[in-house]
Amino acid sequence: MSALEPLALSASQVAQEVNAGSLKAHDVAAAYARRVENLHRELNTHIEWDKEAVLNEVDKQLAYIEAARYAQKSLPLAGVPIAIKDNIMVDSQTVSCGSQLLRNHRAAYDATVIQKLKAAGALLFGRTNMDEFAMGSSCENSSYGPTINPWNRRHVAGGSSGGSAAAVAARLTPLALGSDTGGSVRQPASFCGVVGLKPTYGRVSRYGLIAYGSSLDQIGTFATSVQDTALLYEVIAGHDPADSTSARIAAPQGSLASTSSLKGKRIAIIKEFMSEGLDEDVRTHFDQALDVYRAAGATVETVSLPHLLHCIPVYYIIATAEASSNLARFDGIRYGVRSQKPGLSLRELYTQSRSEGFGREVKQRIMLGTYVLSSGYYDAYYAKANRIREMIRREIQGVFEQGFDLIASPTSPTTAFELGQKTQDSLAMYLSDIYTLAANLAGIPALSQPIGLCRKGLPIGMQLMAPAFGEETLLRSAQVYEQQINGTEKFRPRI
Amino acid sequence: MSSKSTEQKSSDHGFNSILSRFEPVIGLEVHCQLKTESKLFCGCKTNFGAMANQNTCPVCLGLPGVLPVLNHEAVEYAIRMALAVGAIIRERSVFARKQYFYPDLPKGYQLTQYDLPYCENGSLTLDNGRKITIQRIHMEEDAGKNIHGDNASYVDLNRAGIPLLEIVSAPEIKSPAEAADYLKKLRAIARYLDISDGNLEEGSFRCDANVSLRPVGSKTLGTRTEIKNLNSFRNVEKAITYEILRQADVLESGDKVKQVTLQFDAAIGRTLVMRSKEDSPDYRYFPDPDLGALLINEARVQNVRANILELPEQKVQRFQDTFSIPEADARQLTEEKELAAFFEDVVQKVDGAVAPKIVANWMLSEYLREFNARQWHFDKPFVSSERFARLLKLLGEGTISGKIAKAVFEDMAASGSDPDSIIEAKGLVQISDSAAIKAVVDQVIAAHPEQVAQYLSGKQKVYGFLVGQVMKISAGRFNPNLLNECLKEALHGKS
Ligand SMILES: [Zn+2]
Repeated sequence: MSALEPLALSASQVAQEVNAGSLKAHDVAAAYARRVENLHRELNTHIEWDKEAVLNEVDKQLAYIEAARYAQKSLPLAGVPIAIKDNIMVDSQTVSCGSQLLRNHRAAYDATVIQKLKAAGALLFGRTNMDEFAMGSSCENSSYGPTINPWNRRHVAGGSSGGSAAAVAARLTPLALGSDTGGSVRQPASFCGVVGLKPTYGRVSRYGLIAYGSSLDQIGTFATSVQDTALLYEVIAGHDPADSTSARIAAPQGSLASTSSLKGKRIAIIKEFMSEGLDEDVRTHFDQALDVYRAAGATVETVSLPHLLHCIPVYYIIATAEASSNLARFDGIRYGVRSQKPGLSLRELYTQSRSEGFGREVKQRIMLGTYVLSSGYYDAYYAKANRIREMIRREIQGVFEQGFDLIASPTSPTTAFELGQKTQDSLAMYLSDIYTLAANLAGIPALSQPIGLCRKGLPIGMQLMAPAFGEETLLRSAQVYEQQINGTEKFRPRI
Repeated sequence: MSSKSTEQKSSDHGFNSILSRFEPVIGLEVHCQLKTESKLFCGCKTNFGAMANQNTCPVCLGLPGVLPVLNHEAVEYAIRMALAVGAIIRERSVFARKQYFYPDLPKGYQLTQYDLPYCENGSLTLDNGRKITIQRIHMEEDAGKNIHGDNASYVDLNRAGIPLLEIVSAPEIKSPAEAADYLKKLRAIARYLDISDGNLEEGSFRCDANVSLRPVGSKTLGTRTEIKNLNSFRNVEKAITYEILRQADVLESGDKVKQVTLQFDAAIGRTLVMRSKEDSPDYRYFPDPDLGALLINEARVQNVRANILELPEQKVQRFQDTFSIPEADARQLTEEKELAAFFEDVVQKVDGAVAPKIVANWMLSEYLREFNARQWHFDKPFVSSERFARLLKLLGEGTISGKIAKAVFEDMAASGSDPDSIIEAKGLVQISDSAAIKAVVDQVIAAHPEQVAQYLSGKQKVYGFLVGQVMKISAGRFNPNLLNECLKEALHGKS
């Protein structure tokens, strides 16, 4: 039995100890498997948890990690458990995307990020719950039931990567992957009190991620600290020839060179985001967080970005248009669930399989996307949305060109809302992503970090955005903040 | 290889009388399959005749999570075609998604170039000197194939993702014969460029024809119909001819032509309606966000241009210049790249023993007759260039007469033997022994005193008869020049 308690260690520490031989990867796996076993039902973090199957798969990795150790090769994620959002392919495992339509679908290949994780010595630790086809802001649109916020059982975990966020917050895994199309990593990270990073579009390969809005999707990370975030980010980032939108830029390294000062850094806050709809509690903590940034040497100025007010309609037009197309392949013919109704014609079979397989929100978005792309409406909606997207991108670009290093905002206007509170009101639900959409539309990196708890005891998140490929700036600045507030221990729910 | 049916049709009385009242306006859309090693967006093989679904991978099966990566060999082939027809190559072109549901379409959309094709505004000159504008050429992927049988339907996706060029002519073609000529020219170019095998039976060269009629002298276009998937030159002519007759009937009875999509039933020689304009789907084209724009810079074009092979038009000119053969012969010889190569090969091997003009005559008559009659292919030659050249050399040197040479050639084609052994075995060597010839001449003169008298009284025609008699006895083996000399000498000696 190892002297070290795996659950008390960060991902970086686990890797370090396993590489050094002072901790057995096997013990890490056993400890986390016990914890998942105890808690996953309560929180509904996993779409399916088969302890034996997971540990069987982990066994293969253990042999690889041992071999690497004998070869004195240090693996960046040696023995570190990681949970995977259920829309990322892991060869021969089920990937349901939170949908009934794919409940029996087994992936035929590994996503590029999964290949990289395996090579880095990580232990794949189950697939996490999500809003169906990544469409949602609360994780209540999962056909496997909602994920519960580990801070308060009556509240949502956030969406769409709610399962991954809650699993990391509840320490069922030190790391998790999610995907972020309009804030699906940052918003649940904020709601659950963990660090969530959406890298620059093209920084992390999308090969093997079930597409929702292709021009917006990016695989992102969950961790409890900035250091662990950087560790995971560096493993999964880099050019992938299998993804034509992947940037031809060398993989990042040493994102977190030691630094403790933000002297000379200029932070912009957006005037339009600081008005109505912003929860007072969130505003107060955000202001306090800015003070911490100031104390570390940064200056803060307000800028006006009026086009950002159009983010919601622009996002919902572009994302749903792309989704209506991306989801066409789910026709029940070659994989997924096919309607068993007898005597259907080909067209009826498509319609019936899709009617049975897709949930309400998915159908709503497919219909919306089909409408905005249809002839006669294309110019009025899709083409116009793309023009405004370009204006938003330029407006944000302009801020960085003025010499700002970061744009800061709350991650979400509120803390985690109650289960069921917004499920009947799409627009209210869509508004919870108002601050996160811009980064996806502009393709820039953004990070959410916990900055406090509201009066109800729920986490509040702050979002930092940087210019394209400015992940290093995000990570270093967020780490300085973490140091200033003496770490993230206080953002652990008692569970 | 040449089409006589055209002239028959245009001499057809009814058709000509229609053409005196209506002017057909024809546009062709040709689908040319590129013979790249791998598919357009993945690494799968493209060979014909593989087992069903053998040439597939997650990408061309459209499995969830996959992304397309453009094959740059296909782009190079596409550039070659653009250069060959003197078109403008767009520096920035875009792949769009053309969306519809069909079991042979794995992704629910086809990737094709839509409003920004890579190539525009080329042209092609017909045999009659008319220049036909090529409006655009774009790249696209093929779909799979549905197979119906034993009360079930199957899908073979080997073809899914095969690269195609769609070559669209302006509606400037004026007759079925011109359409066939246009198609032959285009196919020859594709084969010369080595970018397509141009195989009509295997579907690697397919054609859709748009046909409309307008009263002679009118400037406005009539309603057009589209005939899909014509797979032979003959069917192109037959289908368009039928469609012109059909539309003329409709117009002359005072009705309006309906805009419909047709298919041509070659068995009954008629076009049949597939669907009307009303049921044509809304394809909801939009730029594929997974591919990004295709950028073709001038350097890349130059690079392709530098490696481009000789085109049919250039070859026609060179054959006339180098071999002093008439344009018509040069055109016929260059219709097929392999035929032209064979001709050049033979000319080189006869090494001046016979003039290129004689070689051309032999190729266009004897050789092609055997070739067509026996339905040979160039990759399995029925007579090698060595043997063909040897035969012509024997003829040139006077070892055999032209008549014998033809017989020997037929024997070569049938038996596969070489000319020398055939001549030897059958004792066909030309006889140039004047004594032997004189003996036969005397014998003939003695046997036909009447004809001799007629000849001497000035009836030149009888001379041929006497030559024939001599040749008959010699079984065609007498040297014709010597025979002439001897016969004239003997006849005039009589006078
Ligand atoms: Zn493939």
